[in-house]
Amino acid sequence: MTKVKITIDGHDLEVEQGTNLIEAARQLGKTIPHYCYHPGLPPDGNCRMCLVQVEKMPKPVIGCRTGATEGMVVHTQSDEVKKMRQSIMEFLLINHPLDCPTCDQAGECRLQDYYMDYDRIPSRYQEQKVHKDKMVDLGAGVMLDEERCIVCTRCVRVCQEVAKSEELFVQERGNHSMVATFPGKKMTNPYAGNTVDVCPVGALTSKDFRYKKRVWFLSAADSVCQGCSRGCNISVHHADNRVYRLKPRHNPEVNDYWMCDYGRIDYKFVNDGRRLKPHFKTDAGLQEDSYQNAFAHLQSVLQNYSADQITGIASAQESNEEINAFVDFIKSNFGSLPIYFSKNNPENPYEDDILIKADKNPNSAHIASKNLKPVSEISGGVKAVFVQRNLSAQDAQVLKDKGIQIVALFATNETNLDNLAEVILPIPTFAEQNGHFTNFEGKVQGFTKALKPRGESRLFAEHAEDIKALLSSIKKAS
Amino acid sequence: MTLVLTNRFKLKDSHTLAVYEENGGYKTIDKVFATNPDDIIEEVKQSGLRGRGGAGFPAGLKWSFIPKDPGKPKYVCVNADESEPGTFKDRYLLELDPHQLIEGIIICCYAIQSHDAYIYIRGEFDLPYRRIQAAVDEAYAKGYLGKNIFGKGYDLNIVVHRGAGAYICGEETALLESLEGKRGNPRVKPPFPATHGAFGCPTVINNVETISALPWIITNGAQNYRQWGTEKSPGTKMFSVSGHVNKPGVYEVPLGYPIKDMIQNECGGVGGTGRLKAVIPGGSSVPVLTAEEALDANLDYESLMEKGTFLGSGGIIVIDDSVDMLWALRNLGHFYSHESCGQCTPCREGTGWVSKILDRIYHEGGTQADLDLLNEIADNMSGKTICALADALAMPVRSYLKKFPEDFARHIKKTA
Ligand SMILES: Cc1cc2nc3c(=O)[nH]c(=O)nc-3n(C[C@H](O)[C@H](O)[C@H](O)COP(=O)(O)O)c2cc1C
Ligand code: SF4
Ligand code: SF4
Ligand code: SF4
Repeated sequence: MTKVKITIDGHDLEVEQGTNLIEAARQLGKTIPHYCYHPGLPPDGNCRMCLVQVEKMPKPVIGCRTGATEGMVVHTQSDEVKKMRQSIMEFLLINHPLDCPTCDQAGECRLQDYYMDYDRIPSRYQEQKVHKDKMVDLGAGVMLDEERCIVCTRCVRVCQEVAKSEELFVQERGNHSMVATFPGKKMTNPYAGNTVDVCPVGALTSKDFRYKKRVWFLSAADSVCQGCSRGCNISVHHADNRVYRLKPRHNPEVNDYWMCDYGRIDYKFVNDGRRLKPHFKTDAGLQEDSYQNAFAHLQSVLQNYSADQITGIASAQESNEEINAFVDFIKSNFGSLPIYFSKNNPENPYEDDILIKADKNPNSAHIASKNLKPVSEISGGVKAVFVQRNLSAQDAQVLKDKGIQIVALFATNETNLDNLAEVILPIPTFAEQNGHFTNFEGKVQGFTKALKPRGESRLFAEHAEDIKALLSSIKKAS
Repeated sequence: MTLVLTNRFKLKDSHTLAVYEENGGYKTIDKVFATNPDDIIEEVKQSGLRGRGGAGFPAGLKWSFIPKDPGKPKYVCVNADESEPGTFKDRYLLELDPHQLIEGIIICCYAIQSHDAYIYIRGEFDLPYRRIQAAVDEAYAKGYLGKNIFGKGYDLNIVVHRGAGAYICGEETALLESLEGKRGNPRVKPPFPATHGAFGCPTVINNVETISALPWIITNGAQNYRQWGTEKSPGTKMFSVSGHVNKPGVYEVPLGYPIKDMIQNECGGVGGTGRLKAVIPGGSSVPVLTAEEALDANLDYESLMEKGTFLGSGGIIVIDDSVDMLWALRNLGHFYSHESCGQCTPCREGTGWVSKILDRIYHEGGTQADLDLLNEIADNMSGKTICALADALAMPVRSYLKKFPEDFARHIKKTA
C-alpha cells in the first residue's frame, strides 16, 4: 500500500492512499461528524453531514467517499464547513418529532449529540411536519418509528452486508421516504438486532430493551458472548446488578462490528431463573438452605463413596479459569478415574457462514485442550460425579442409566438436573466474573466482570476450598 | 428550413422503416463500418455536438473516456426519460423519427465498440414507446439489429426499457440504477458511468436528441454541421416552447438563435396578455430571465451563461404579465419536492421546506423573514448534494426572488 502525505486543519499526517477522510481525521483524534457512514458498511454518502473542504476542489466533498491523495489539504473547521453542518442539522430536524423524553435513543442519539456540537440554534421551521407511522413492527424484535428516521440507510446496508438479506429497503420519495419491509413480509434474519445498533437515532429500537432503562443509567463491561463458539466480542450493559442488553464490540478478527440475535438475548439467564443459594435434596424435595447445611449434606453423601469411585464432568460453557480450577480439583482430590466433559448440545443447531456456529458452547476449544472424555464414554468404575454448570439431556440420561450419582452440581441456573443432584452450589455467570473463553479458532478472549456475583454464588475455587476441607475431615474420621 | 433532426417530421408515416429509408435513412451505415471507430469519435468531437439532455457536455469527448479493452461489456444508454417541466422534444423524435435514433445508436455503439444498447424511456410515454419499440422490431426483422447487422459482422442488440414514472430516473446514474432493477437513486460520482456504468461496466449515456443528430453528422461531416450555431455551440437544437406564445410547439433552430426571434417568428408572438414578463430558457430548473434579459439573449450555451442561466434541455417557458411569479415558483416547489429521491438531507428536507413556505405565503401571506429564509434554504441546498436536483429548485428560488421581488412583496403582510 502506498502512503500519502495529507494535511487536515494544518496537521500533517501520513495515511494509506485512498483512506477516506473520516478515517484519516480519526487518526488525528479528530471527528468529522457523520450519520450514514459506518466503518463496517460500504459508504453511501446520503446524509451530507461529513461535507468538508478540500483545496483545489470546486465544491465541498463528503469525507466518507473522498480518498486521500498525495498533498491533499483538507479543512474540517472552516466557517463554511461549520455553516454547512449547521444547515444539515437544521434540515434533519425540521421534520423530526423531537420526542426525546419518550425516546429510547435519548442519551446516545447522534441528533442530540450533534445538535449540541454543531447546531445550537432554535428552529426556524413554522410549517406542518410530515407525519408518519410511529409504531411499525419490522419483525425480528425491531420496532420502527418512521418519523424519527433520517433515511441514512445504515439499517438497509447492514441487512445487505451482514445478513446478506434484502429484507429492508427505502420506500416513497422525498421527505416521505421511509424504511420498510415488503408488503406482507417481515424481517426474519438472525442479525436484525444490528440494525438497531447502527441506527444513529431512535428510529429503530429493540423490543427487548425499549422502555426498560434510560441509557445514561447503564454501565458497560467488555465481555465475550457465550452463545456459541465464535465468541463475538460484546459489551454487557448493566444497572442495578442486572443486565439490560448486550451490544457487539468491534473486533475485526472475530465479529467485526456485529453479533447475532441469539447471542444478543443470551443474557436473560443472568437475571432470571438463577440458583442464588445452596440447595440440597431432602425427602420433601429440593431445599434451599445455608452453605453450612448444604456442605453437611454433601459430607454425608460423599461418605458413601471412596475416592476412586468419584470423578468430575467439566463444562464447555465455563471459562478457561473455571474449567482449570474444576479439573485441578478433581485431579488432586480423586484422580484415579478419567475426567469427563459435557456440552450444550441442542438438536439441529442453527449455523451459517456469517457468525453463527453450530457449537453452542463458548469454550469447546479449551475443553478439547484438557484431554477429557465425553460422558458417553463414562466407564463402569464411576459411581459419583461432581458436575460443573450443567449436562446435556443425553449426558444426563447416561448418568441415569448407569446409576451414577451427581453428588454436587455447580449451577448458575435452575436446570433439568435439579432433581438428580444431591447438592446444588451456586456459581456466578460470565457476567459476574473475569475470565477467558477460547473460541473455535483458538483465540483466547478475555471477559470482564459486569455484576457482583449474584446472591450467594461463588467462583468454583471458593467452593473447592470448602470441599477440600470437608474431604480431609472425612479422611480423618475414617 | 431543412436542418438536422426534424427533416422527416412532416412526412406521412415518418416513423416507419420504409419512409425512413426512402428519405436517406440508414444510408450512412456503409460509411460507418468502413471507418475506424476512433475516427468516428474524432468526427463527433470535430462536430462540437454537445449533450442535449441538459448539461451540454461534448459528446465525442464523453465517448473518448470509455476504456478500449475493459475486459467486460460496454453499454450505450439512451436517455429518453424526458420529464423536465417544459421539455417535450424527445417525444417527437421518438414518435416521428424513431429509426433516426436507432441509426444514431448504431453509430454510437460502433464508435465505442459496444454491442448492447438500452433505450430508457419515460414510463408515461405511450405512443413514443409504441413507436420506438415498433421501429426496433422492424430493424431486427430486417437484420439491422441483432446478429451480424447489415451483414457487417457486427452484433448489436437494443432493449427498450420503460421507466416507472420518476423524474429523477432521468438523472443518468439514477437511470442506471433503475435499469438494473433497483430504486432510482442517483449514484455518488466519481466513479463516472464511463468506467462504472450499467452493471458496473463502461457506459455511454446520451440524450435522445444527441444520438439522433449522429446520422446527419456522419453523413454530412462535422464541418457541415458547424455551418449552424456558434463556435462553442455548433449545430442545431430542438426547443420545446410552451406558455404564453401563440404557437407553442417544438422548433429546431440553429444554436445562437435569438429568443426574441423564436417567440416572434416561430411561435407567432407572445400570447396571453401579449405582454412578456419572463422566460425560462432551458427547462424549469434553470434561472429565469426577465423580459428585458430574454429579448437580448440568444439560444446558445455561452450567451445564456452570460445572462446567468442555462440552455439546459431547451424547454422554453414564456410567461406573460398576468402570472404571479410566486405562484409559478410554488408550482416548481411542488414538483421538485415530489420528485426528490430523498436520499440527500438538503434536498429531501430543503425542497419540502421551500414548497411549504411558498404554500403558506401564497395562502396566508408571509413576512420578509420568510423570503430571507427561502434564499438561505436555497443556498444551503445548492452544491451539497449527490445530483443536481437540489440545485434545480435552488436556482429558480434565488432567481425568482431576485428578479421579481414585487410579486413576492405583494404577499407580504404589512402588519408583520
Ligand atoms: C434531476 C435530473 C434529471 C434529468 N433528467 C434528464 C432527462 O429526462 N433526460 C435527459 O436526457 N437528461 C436528463 N438529465 C441529464 C442526465 O443526467 C445526463 O446528463 C444526460 O442524459 C447526458 O446526456 P447528454 O450528454 O446527451 O445530454 C437529468 C439530470 C438531472 C440532474
Ligand atoms: S431520535 Fe434522538 S432527537 Fe429524535 S427523539 Fe429520539 S433522542 Fe430525540
Ligand atoms: S431506521 Fe435508522 S438506520 Fe435505518 S435509515 Fe432510518 S435512521 Fe437510518
Ligand atoms: S439531490 Fe435530491 S434527487 Fe438528487 S440524489 Fe440527492 S436527494 Fe436525490
